[in-house]
Amino acid sequence: MSNFFEKSDLSRSEAENIISDTLQKCDDGELYLENSKSESILLDDNKIKNSSYNSDLGFGFRAISDEVVAYSHSNEISKNSLKQSSENLKSTLKSVKGTYNHEIPKSNKKYYENINPIEQKSLNEKIKILNEVNNYLRSKDDNIKQVTANFLGEQKSVEIIRSGGETLTDVRPLIRFNVSVMLEKNGRKETGVYGVGGRQSYDSYLKDDNWKSVCDEALRIASVNLESKPAPAGEMKVVLGPGWPAILIHEAVGHGLEGDFNRKKTSAFHNLMGQKVASEGVTIVDDGTIDNRRGSLTIDDEGTPTEKTVLIENGILKNFMQDRLNARLMKTKSTGSGRRENYRHIVLPRMRNTMMLSGNQTQDEMIKAVDKGIFAVSFGGGQVDITSGKFVFNCTEAYEIVNGKIGSPIKGATLIGDGPSILKEVSMVGNDMMMDPGIGTCGKAGQGVPVGVAQPSILINKMTVGGTKL
Amino acid sequence: MVKDQEFLEKKASYCLGLAKKLGSTESSVIINNSVSETVNFRNKKLDESNRSDDLGISITTYIGKKKSSISSSNLLDDNLNILIEKCVETTKNTPEDEFNSLPDKDLLAKEVKDLDLYDDTHIENDQKIDYLKKLESAASNDKKIVNTESSFTQNKSNFILANSEGFCAGYKTSSFTASSVTVAKDEKSMERDYEYSSKCFLKDLDDAGELGKQAADQTIRKLSPKKIGSEKIAIIFDKRIAKGILSTFASAISSSAISRGTSFLKDKVNQKIFSDKINVLDKPDILKGLGSRNFDSEGVKTDTLKLVDQGILKHYLIDTYNGKKLNLKSNGRCGGTSNLYFENGNISFKDLLNSKSKSLYITETIGHGSNIVTGDYSVGATGFLVENGEFKYPINEITIAGNFKDMFKNITLANDLEFKYSTNSPTMMIEGMVVAGK
Repeated sequence: MSNFFEKSDLSRSEAENIISDTLQKCDDGELYLENSKSESILLDDNKIKNSSYNSDLGFGFRAISDEVVAYSHSNEISKNSLKQSSENLKSTLKSVKGTYNHEIPKSNKKYYENINPIEQKSLNEKIKILNEVNNYLRSKDDNIKQVTANFLGEQKSVEIIRSGGETLTDVRPLIRFNVSVMLEKNGRKETGVYGVGGRQSYDSYLKDDNWKSVCDEALRIASVNLESKPAPAGEMKVVLGPGWPAILIHEAVGHGLEGDFNRKKTSAFHNLMGQKVASEGVTIVDDGTIDNRRGSLTIDDEGTPTEKTVLIENGILKNFMQDRLNARLMKTKSTGSGRRENYRHIVLPRMRNTMMLSGNQTQDEMIKAVDKGIFAVSFGGGQVDITSGKFVFNCTEAYEIVNGKIGSPIKGATLIGDGPSILKEVSMVGNDMMMDPGIGTCGKAGQGVPVGVAQPSILINKMTVGGTKL
Repeated sequence: MVKDQEFLEKKASYCLGLAKKLGSTESSVIINNSVSETVNFRNKKLDESNRSDDLGISITTYIGKKKSSISSSNLLDDNLNILIEKCVETTKNTPEDEFNSLPDKDLLAKEVKDLDLYDDTHIENDQKIDYLKKLESAASNDKKIVNTESSFTQNKSNFILANSEGFCAGYKTSSFTASSVTVAKDEKSMERDYEYSSKCFLKDLDDAGELGKQAADQTIRKLSPKKIGSEKIAIIFDKRIAKGILSTFASAISSSAISRGTSFLKDKVNQKIFSDKINVLDKPDILKGLGSRNFDSEGVKTDTLKLVDQGILKHYLIDTYNGKKLNLKSNGRCGGTSNLYFENGNISFKDLLNSKSKSLYITETIGHGSNIVTGDYSVGATGFLVENGEFKYPINEITIAGNFKDMFKNITLANDLEFKYSTNSPTMMIEGMVVAGK
């Protein structure tokens, strides 16, 4: 755990006094301190291209009165700097008359260990594995023209000090291992990307030559794409594979169920609470409590313990995801979803691990039920317009389905749909729910946070596929 | 207050000195300081104020052909001591790469011209609030507007770039940015759109009332959209989307994509990739330009480049490392382009709309659908159906797709270029793309 006041002219008790003084008569607020250490080691084009290390330290001071948020952040943890921030907050909130809400739930559950993954493996060992990755892949296939592999490791220590001196802390490890392969054959180039990660040591993901299966998967995707033909254009049935394709859930309904957009009534879901928004059999949860997952958090960035929040239960909209501000204004409780990229940013309600739970059908049954459509297995990323509800995601591995059988691979294409209605088009839910491999980052209002997704195979009756073949 | 040049220079020279003492043969350092103050409004009321004071340092050390880097937000000497020691240690343990080096000395910028990038004016939060009140009042005039969110940011930055070859330069920049996002609603639909203005000088910023009205008008006209059928149709890209296509072009000619062989424009220098009428410029010395600069992020002098001349690709965007790999000299594009733009075409916006009996006018795209390895492009889109030069009705939930290799050859540009961002394009028409809808 970092001692934020060790090398500062500001003592903890002085900081507590400034916090309490600034936040009196505010409804909520806190001082958020953060110390993060991260590394990136990149192999590219047969060489170690980059080895870098980042150490970031700073605070964000927040005061809330009714709907108004005042925020100030700085890299310098000093008496001067905190006082300047305090003055800044006070000048925004000129006439406050609220009552500070001291209540914050407690839990002693932890969902990851207090480790620093960067220190647990030497630089030489990391470089050795990256070189092995490169040699392994290049010896496997003569068509390989480019291999990129990298390690990203991080340890983030946070401390939240609330008015009155209540303090909450968390130490968060996070790692990611990625491999990208480019193949070239007969003048045609295609890439395949795969990765793994989560809140454990590098070795938890690399042991027993596990890195080879990451390489194999990246190579497999690139090989499939080398044989792909143009994707069709127009509305058709779509079967989604299990796991990572759940970014459909994340984009189509996840963002629309975040508290801020619903309080402001700018989400297409804001007036649908308690109503049917999905087919029967569709249950979606957002869960911050799964051990060691990329999207899991022991406490959120306001200090609230995370939980498993049921968003949609058997087709009915049950809950939004809330931080403290939006929960208070919507007269409900925080779901432990208040997150920020780092101390430079304000807290927003965000997803953690968003999951559609298993049903009881098989993927085979789904494929057989499709005369003409596509089977989408892997995705690059997605985006949503929460107001109109329209969302997209980009296939990176997909096949055509003809008369109940999987056919040729098709080129990457964007799929577009309508969030509030898409889940009503889900006609089969598989029994094969799977978590993603731990590589997702979600962007909102310029802030990226690590998230997870999961789903079983599903059959969607109608979606628009953005190919070029009419 | 943003830190002054003297403070930054002192820190930079301390770092270079220490790196040398600890055994590095070459080194470079960048220090940035940026102070921003933002006020956000929602539905005509104060919603958020945000002050940020960011300090950052990034140091790269070399030992022969070995290289490593560190970065931090903590500039206290004892932290820098630990980090530089770590950096030099890591460098020793990192394998050699023959192309690693600082830029050639004769390519470094010799003078720093005043490009008029800094406005000393300070706008108090109360003045920002006045601007936003005026903006939101104009934005919410029409009853169909149900939500408005607006923002005003003042940013002042300063930086120093120094290296062990003796280069040491930096300068202050400022920006003033206002934006408005509005939501409109009718019985059938809810839509969102925005307008935005960003300038180096406060006095050049768009009028608050006009900005708010523009955002509202652009949102209201999107209400009650329809979905159309799948077909091949001419696409007209609004300027704010057309500039994205130019950015994709820039990524595809970056020397890193070229040297790695991961660009569809590899080996295309001196070949025709656009139609005859297309010229692309990257001009770093525009006064008050949002992308203007004296040198790139390695200190290499940045001159104007005509990247595309009458359809022919003339240059890649080259940095030191990839330049050495490709056997080319850096042209000062480490970190990308400066003020990048398509030169005007020779027909008016109105004539462009009129040039086809039926076309699609695209105002927004979503998704990350540009693949620079293959040139494939497929994104979700929102816009309007245009018939005989008239906007008929709004359209959404469609995708547009094609391949840049073909798209580039079928571009027609209007003559309505303006410098609103650092990358800019006139309104653009591309024929032969496929729309997927119903």
